[in-house]
Amino acid sequence: MSRSDVLVTADWAQEHLGNPGIVFVEVDEDTSAYDKGHLAGAVKLDWKTDLQDAESRDFVDREGFSALLSAKGISNDDTVVLYGGNNNWFAAYAYWYFKVYGHRDVKLIDGGRKKWELDSRPLSADAVQRPATQYSAAEPDTSIRAFRDEVVSAIGQQNLVDVRSPDEFAGKLTAPAHLPQEGAQRAGHIPSAVNVPWSKAANEDGTFKSDEELAKLYADAGLDTGKDTIAYCRIGERSSHTWFVLRELLGHANVKNYDGSWTEYGSLVGVPIQKGA
Amino acid sequence: MCGAPKQGGGLAGVDLSTQTVIQGSVWHDGSPVAGAYVRLLDATGEFTAEVVTSPEGEFRFFAAPGQWTLRSLSPVGRAERAVDAEVGLNETTLAID
Repeated sequence: MSRSDVLVTADWAQEHLGNPGIVFVEVDEDTSAYDKGHLAGAVKLDWKTDLQDAESRDFVDREGFSALLSAKGISNDDTVVLYGGNNNWFAAYAYWYFKVYGHRDVKLIDGGRKKWELDSRPLSADAVQRPATQYSAAEPDTSIRAFRDEVVSAIGQQNLVDVRSPDEFAGKLTAPAHLPQEGAQRAGHIPSAVNVPWSKAANEDGTFKSDEELAKLYADAGLDTGKDTIAYCRIGERSSHTWFVLRELLGHANVKNYDGSWTEYGSLVGVPIQKGA
Repeated sequence: MCGAPKQGGGLAGVDLSTQTVIQGSVWHDGSPVAGAYVRLLDATGEFTAEVVTSPEGEFRFFAAPGQWTLRSLSPVGRAERAVDAEVGLNETTLAID
């Protein structure tokens, strides 16, 4: 796996719009951005209503994901090119999610929607309808998804990377600062975690930093490449961004995303919590 | 929820006795700038959050008391401003030259 296998430039995307076998997918929480304008021919996925189970706090199941992609007109053999707002947080989450369900060829547009808009590239408000397919999702790959018990076991044993902002890590905020402050019962971070905010991996226009800059970033933070790694944030989307960097761009072997993240961990009874920088 | 709530609009339901709200609008050439990216940086310059301005150019953050920097990016240019926030409502304007 290398950068060119998993990341495409905005130029590449613009040149390949409408190509058969390539499906562009915009992933956001607030789909009003898509509705106002999207890449020509791109379909939308709603981070919450499409990808989260309506009752339990979990993914949609394998059948649900198969039905979703079939309805969106995505085939198992298609190259899925994801992009979105929030510096690709939700697109990176979807990338990870597609990998959990075994989709073979998935890519991100470097910089996502922000880079596209800052470049003043064309957007379309036309409705997109693709013919339905018979998509078949694989068994979930839990080698890239961490659950709470293994996170607790990983304290002091594996690399734990907290990708939230320094104030969230320190316990001064319980949510990103564009949101009302609410969420977990307790503030702070998982003991032994290092704080490498996701934003350090990105340039201001939302593109990823170079492989050399990224390698230095995590080496300087003390990430031990001989150990397995678990990334977390508040609800698992910013940590998907870092998971993408560590596993897909830098090629680290065993990297999991803990999508339960601080919202789950900070509400567990009896687990250790650290505060401060 | 992790995406930003709709920018602009009233503060109904927001408890200004506990929340530290930093809000304002982005302007260029005498008009508000819709769709600008506004990021909030902490006292060390580290990224904390980012929102996209409303059709009226408005942005809003829920922060904590202290020193912050606002920086906007848009196709028409960029602007930056320091904010010393306190609990309650902190209003400011970002002007792109």
